[in-house]
Amino acid sequence: MTSSTILKTTSLLLVTLFLIFSFFLLWRGHDEPGGGFAGGLVASSAFALYTIAFGAVGARQNLVIDSRLLIGVGMALAAISGIPSLLLGDAFATGRWADVEIADREIHIGTPLLFDIGVYLAVLGVVVTIVFALAEEED
Amino acid sequence: METVLAFVIGGLYAAGVFLMLRRALARVVLGIAILTNATNLLIFTAAGLTRGEPAFIDEGETLLSEPYGDPLPQALVLTAIVIGFGVLAFAMVLIYRAYRSVGSEDSDHMTTTEFEDGER
Amino acid sequence: MDIALAVLGGFAAAAVAPLVVARAGHYGGYLLALVPLAVFAFYLSLAFGADDVAAVSWTWIDALGVDFSFRIDGLSRLFGLLISGIGAIIVVYAAGYLKGDPKLGRFYLFLLSFMGAMLGLTAADNLVTLFVFWELTSVTSYMLIGYKHEYQASRDAALQALLVTAGGGLAMLAGLVLLGIAADTQSIAEINAAGDVVRDHHLYVPILVLLLIGAATKSAQFPFHFWLPGAMEAPTPVSAYLHSATMVKAGVFLLARVNPSLGGTTEWTAALSIAGGATMLLGAYLALNQYDLKRILAYTTLSALGTLVMLLGVGTELALKGMVTFLLAHALYKGALFMMAGAVDHEAGTRDVRHLGKLARAMPITAAVAVIGALSLGGFPPLFSFIGKEVLLEATLENEWGAFWLLLAVVAVSSPLLVVAAGVIAIRPFFQAGGEPPKHPHEAPPSMWAGPGILALGSVVLGLAPVLGQGWLIEPAAQAVAGEEFEVRLALWHGFNLPLAVSAMTIAAGIVAYLFREQLRALTWPVESRVAGTVGPTRGYEGFLVGIKRGSAWQTRKLQHGRLRRYVATTALATVGLVALAAFTNGGVPLAFDVGGVHFYEWFLGALVLGGGVLTAVARNRFFAVTAVGVVGVGVALIFLVFSAPDLAMTQLLVDVLTVILFVLVFYHLPGPMLQARRGVLVRDAALSLAVGATMTLLVLGVVHADRPTDVSEFYAAAAYAEAFGRNVVNVILVDFRILDTLGEVVVLGAAALGAYALLKYRARDPEGDEQ
Repeated sequence: MTSSTILKTTSLLLVTLFLIFSFFLLWRGHDEPGGGFAGGLVASSAFALYTIAFGAVGARQNLVIDSRLLIGVGMALAAISGIPSLLLGDAFATGRWADVEIADREIHIGTPLLFDIGVYLAVLGVVVTIVFALAEEED
Repeated sequence: METVLAFVIGGLYAAGVFLMLRRALARVVLGIAILTNATNLLIFTAAGLTRGEPAFIDEGETLLSEPYGDPLPQALVLTAIVIGFGVLAFAMVLIYRAYRSVGSEDSDHMTTTEFEDGER
Repeated sequence: MDIALAVLGGFAAAAVAPLVVARAGHYGGYLLALVPLAVFAFYLSLAFGADDVAAVSWTWIDALGVDFSFRIDGLSRLFGLLISGIGAIIVVYAAGYLKGDPKLGRFYLFLLSFMGAMLGLTAADNLVTLFVFWELTSVTSYMLIGYKHEYQASRDAALQALLVTAGGGLAMLAGLVLLGIAADTQSIAEINAAGDVVRDHHLYVPILVLLLIGAATKSAQFPFHFWLPGAMEAPTPVSAYLHSATMVKAGVFLLARVNPSLGGTTEWTAALSIAGGATMLLGAYLALNQYDLKRILAYTTLSALGTLVMLLGVGTELALKGMVTFLLAHALYKGALFMMAGAVDHEAGTRDVRHLGKLARAMPITAAVAVIGALSLGGFPPLFSFIGKEVLLEATLENEWGAFWLLLAVVAVSSPLLVVAAGVIAIRPFFQAGGEPPKHPHEAPPSMWAGPGILALGSVVLGLAPVLGQGWLIEPAAQAVAGEEFEVRLALWHGFNLPLAVSAMTIAAGIVAYLFREQLRALTWPVESRVAGTVGPTRGYEGFLVGIKRGSAWQTRKLQHGRLRRYVATTALATVGLVALAAFTNGGVPLAFDVGGVHFYEWFLGALVLGGGVLTAVARNRFFAVTAVGVVGVGVALIFLVFSAPDLAMTQLLVDVLTVILFVLVFYHLPGPMLQARRGVLVRDAALSLAVGATMTLLVLGVVHADRPTDVSEFYAAAAYAEAFGRNVVNVILVDFRILDTLGEVVVLGAAALGAYALLKYRARDPEGDEQ
């Protein structure tokens, strides 16, 4: 795929911003607009952009882990998030929350957040798997 | 606004079905994309529309205060959007592969599950 | 021993049978025979125990009144003794007959399972329990008939038996359900105790017809008789067990079981007498032109089954006594005869009587069994079946039903024919000269003559001293069938009376017919072979199978033509048609029509989305179309945003961007301009599409007008923070309340991605093996 220097330069900046924004969406999703789907899609867009700018090979390297593995990891995290409540005697995947104090700030974390992280990773894996595979097609 | 959207949805369905009736597989997939949007909009509209009142519980409160946009169809549609995307992506790859195998994007050339001579 | 253990012990023995045989070879068979023997002893102990009836019950499906329950009365005892007693003999016999067969373990697995199923069937008290065991007998007998599954004929016979009996089983299931409804209980004992409740119920005739179909298929009554001779493909121990003593009597058992509640009506008498009489006559006749020992026996079995059903139909006290007596007599001699046929086959290498002769010298014990069995088959004194036939004749003669002469004629014609069959079985192979069997015959091993010997001996002993069997065995069984109390007194000698005269005449006629059998065959065979080749039920069965295959092939060609556009058109038309139909039958749908208060930018959004859709539809260039689709997606996202759904708006926008990227990546590879259809086609498709669009518009207007239940939404609104600690209610629904749905969705996405990946990365290889 052809690409220009301007695209390459701006996309590097945008990719970083997109990724940070995706984490932000993921984190606040339980209380405000966002969540695993939106976050995962933003992160996917970042890698799609990177793929258009630098080609699939470079994008693959930057993802570090195999995109197909990412799908599995995401699904596994999402499924595992249901287990703690099971161990505590509730129905599978009943939400569990705890307030953890880190550096004088109270942080609200729970199994639904873990689930959302799983969704985030799975969505990212799904989209980039398809994008990479299509981008690698030759005539 | 529901009335207006009813016509928009009808128009989208007409466009989507028309595209899916074409022989060119590219149009069929475009038709699927339009139908996905039409259906999401249908579910969203069918539950009734509320302007500018997202279903967020305000800071300091524990209950959602009236009025609010119904969160249930929104949750359904959110799921549907992402699933629809997955299906669409698969359909795109499928027609691409079909084109590479048969050497044509004409769906009438793909009436059997077996490869004919010279196709792969 | 517990009832349940006795009834279900066969299954336990079946489970370990392959292991036993793997360890001990065919000696394992002798070991396994201990199980049916123990069951036999248990049933004996019940017969001489203090209680007349033994019962046990567990709740199975409480809500439907279904119990897993057994109740062993006189009829169940008679059957239980036959099943376990002959079962033990067959298990030993099979050890000799199938000695060295590598599949012997499997054989015992099926055989003992079948025994368990039969015991369960005959002991069941609940209608559903009965049906479950009934079906188990069909399944296990399918396995047994198809035991030599490497042969096409064996497989076909097994499938035929399964289709016929299981098809009848379905009818019976319907009948049993209706019976349960009519009697308002699932317990057979309660149904039988309820007097005329079922007979007076308006469902009586459907119940009777359905149960009769089930019984007729299982007990091979005309016109379902054809599967039984076919089932002779089974190894002989199976034929001896299933097709003489046990399974084919299951239909008779069913009718006998429901006789107290369903029997005695005109419909019952007519249906059973006619079906039974026809089968009796047909079976006796069809045996005439057969030369294979087993097939002759199969047809005479048909005749006997017909006799039993006919007697149930006549239904008088005497007839029921005769039914039970004849049932016992037949089980004894027919089991012995089948095993005799197997021994001949085993030692001489053929069952064709034309190739057999003078076997009595080489196989004296087998010959003795054959003679006793044949005399029983012909109804000669002093054998037990002679007594059975006497009662049968007596019952026929005193019959009050109008068709008395018809029944007598049936008996008078079929009895001599059975004498012919008896002669062909015993005289031709054992005493006449001629025939060159493939093997040099010698006496069968003890395992193969001991069992039939015992059964033949039983025929003689009970014939000479029927008192040995009447009080504890026959009387309670006959009473259970009749549902009332009476005495059974059997005697070999009844004095000079009409039944004796008829009996003597039929035997004399039979001997004459035997002497002129070749002439009889020459007379009948041309007609029979022509009829069987054109209209017989076997032809019907084959035609049915061919028809089903053709029908499904035709339907597949019509419905799965492979043209995508037609699938879409069919779906679209059906949608429009069904919605229109629903609207029409409901007398129209009230519509909401209100455009007041719509902001100008909302009009604009609507126009944007609609315009994008129309432009996509008419675009001739792929990339223009992709742009238009992108506009639709953005417009929808903005609509979400305006109407309180920021999460949707965001997700929709992101998906839209990615969709466009994917479209570009794919369309980049596709060739030149897109195909263009002819004008006429476009107009036609546009009309259909507009119809779909109009339907959907009306649907939305109708739905918006209707009241919606809101309690689920209100629950989420109230519980989102209180129970799930989240302020974004939509997100809380996704990751907490409906988390399993979301998890499922993620799995679907993953499957789609991996499917797409596989499509792109793994290519079909051509036969030479090089990748494309």
